[in-house]
Amino acid sequence: MSDTSDRRDLLILGGGLVGMTLALAAAKKGMTSHVVDRADPADLTAEGFDGRASAISTASWNLFTNIGLAQRLEADASPISKIAVSDQLKPGQLDFVPDDPADTLGRMFANRTLRLALFEAAKDEPLIHWHARAGVIERRRGEHGVSVRLADGKELEASLMIGAEGRGSPTREDAGIAMANWQYDHRAIIAGLTHEKPHGQVAWEIFYPAGPFALLPLKDDADGTHRSALVWTVAERDAAGVLKLGDRAFTAEVEKRMGRLFGAITGVGPRSSYPLGFHHTATITAERLALVGDAAHGIHPIAGQGLNLGLRDVGALVQVLDDNLRLGLEPGEAQGLARYERWRGLDAFMVALATDGLTRLFGVPGETASAVRRFGMAGVQRLPVLKDWFMDEARGVSGDMPDLLVA
Amino acid sequence: MADARKAKLTIREDEAAHFGALAAEWWDPAGSSAMLHRLNPVRLAFLREAIDLHWGTSIEGRRPLAGKLSLDVGCGAGLLCEPLARMGAEVTGIDAAPENTAAAAAHAEGAKLDIRYMAGELAEQDIGTFDLVTAMEVIEHVADKPAFVAQLVRHLAEDGLLVLSTPNRTAQSRLLLVGAAEAVGAIPRGTHHWSDFVTPEELADLLGAEGLKMSEPRGIAFSPFKGLHLSDDTSLNYIVTARRTAPPST
Repeated sequence: MSDTSDRRDLLILGGGLVGMTLALAAAKKGMTSHVVDRADPADLTAEGFDGRASAISTASWNLFTNIGLAQRLEADASPISKIAVSDQLKPGQLDFVPDDPADTLGRMFANRTLRLALFEAAKDEPLIHWHARAGVIERRRGEHGVSVRLADGKELEASLMIGAEGRGSPTREDAGIAMANWQYDHRAIIAGLTHEKPHGQVAWEIFYPAGPFALLPLKDDADGTHRSALVWTVAERDAAGVLKLGDRAFTAEVEKRMGRLFGAITGVGPRSSYPLGFHHTATITAERLALVGDAAHGIHPIAGQGLNLGLRDVGALVQVLDDNLRLGLEPGEAQGLARYERWRGLDAFMVALATDGLTRLFGVPGETASAVRRFGMAGVQRLPVLKDWFMDEARGVSGDMPDLLVA
Repeated sequence: MADARKAKLTIREDEAAHFGALAAEWWDPAGSSAMLHRLNPVRLAFLREAIDLHWGTSIEGRRPLAGKLSLDVGCGAGLLCEPLARMGAEVTGIDAAPENTAAAAAHAEGAKLDIRYMAGELAEQDIGTFDLVTAMEVIEHVADKPAFVAQLVRHLAEDGLLVLSTPNRTAQSRLLLVGAAEAVGAIPRGTHHWSDFVTPEELADLLGAEGLKMSEPRGIAFSPFKGLHLSDDTSLNYIVTARRTAPPST
């Protein structure tokens, strides 16, 4: 480590949605950061409708509001006014509707919209030093600080290292933190759809034995075209075939599963896919290291909670670090990291287990299982307490909330 | 004790040796000082509130002690001195064991903090007065408590703030701090002598004799869910502030 380099509070490895939000939230509290990302921002924000979208829960939206991002995003939000859960489009549908019609169950955004807003905000923030198209050659963590060496020879130093590179986090691997890991033998196919009728701001979760088929309401195109994001779970052995389908055949398969909910499917964007699995680390901290987002816990996208979980990590970590700095303690100090670990470890694990259970529950084939599920859904429909709990979970407002996630 | 007191006013040599032997591990958060590391954010939270109340500084600020002189008595390897320095103070740390101040100086250098460390007896130092004087978990280890308190007050600026923390002398502290904690190794054996512990009433009297008024004590309690935390329960450990009631008579 050289004395001449620009030592900062945080060294954030991975500049995705979670890493970028962390840098911004930390900057709002006066913390300086290096953010290192392999990708070229121009590629990540390039035009095109790839269907990748995220549900932003009420709690996550509070975080965006508190760090000044909500203003930039408000116009692009597609509020979810209802979540409809259905077993193979049979009767016995379960609807989640907030009591107050002005309230939402979250807001849908194309990931590209989120990335652009974050880039713009980060560009204006003097406390963030962005290193794009940068590969990390070596990571070091020691008693007094952390550092990385980049491929171009540059050395970056900070008090705390943060692994935010997503599921395959090399920082986590480098620290030797093991991950509990099982595959579902399923793959999520993601695509943007345009359709004839408006979606009415309804998010659909339609469960099939092969896995959930989710339609998430996006904002209409500039020319008024109605759009939704599709997250379709298929068995691994069928995935390659589905991805190879031509547009017309793919559309036919999609229509078979969603019926005429939104009228005719008028167009389908490029398809992407990723394997689904249950990922959870036994620990999310080590000496002068904290993991956030999917680097710590990758969950099934069935309930759209992955990014929200990562943003709760951000809120908790920034609060812990801010408290530390008020007390004259360094960001990398061990007691603060232990507090972050206690705060986030269990919450993330519970959400991961719940979504895992949901996937397994709806993955049981056969008419009897289907009838039991519909009976169960009807029960939840009639029990306000249980329904409120599910809605609070979807909004992300249950549990011990970090200050940044409270309005 | 009378002869020893002349030369060594307050430090008990066996105590200094006990802590000196632990010096190497002071900064390992999982080492023999783990309990002190866990205690640190708790007592710092109390201290921060006391600082903001005393000087009217903003609770959000990062350097509430900017421009202030701060003295930490019984500083160990600098667990408290370093945060004080980051909060902006010009810090002096003093400890009876030279092993401790050596470890403290080495750590401060690594952390790039400018802190003055001194080994020895407070009474023998001619270092003037300080805006903030702290003695955390120290008074229970000194032999002559009135003399020790007098030395603390001698180094306190007229409008200065004194902060002390120490274990209470109760049935609970005898059972938990000395008995159980040492038996399971949470605190190194021989760290505490229960009969030397001071109750809040006794401490108020010691401070009162030097013209200082002590605040209501805050407890530092332990629960399996919250860990160590500030509490109304003072039966194990407590922390207080003190300030002068009237100008010193000198």
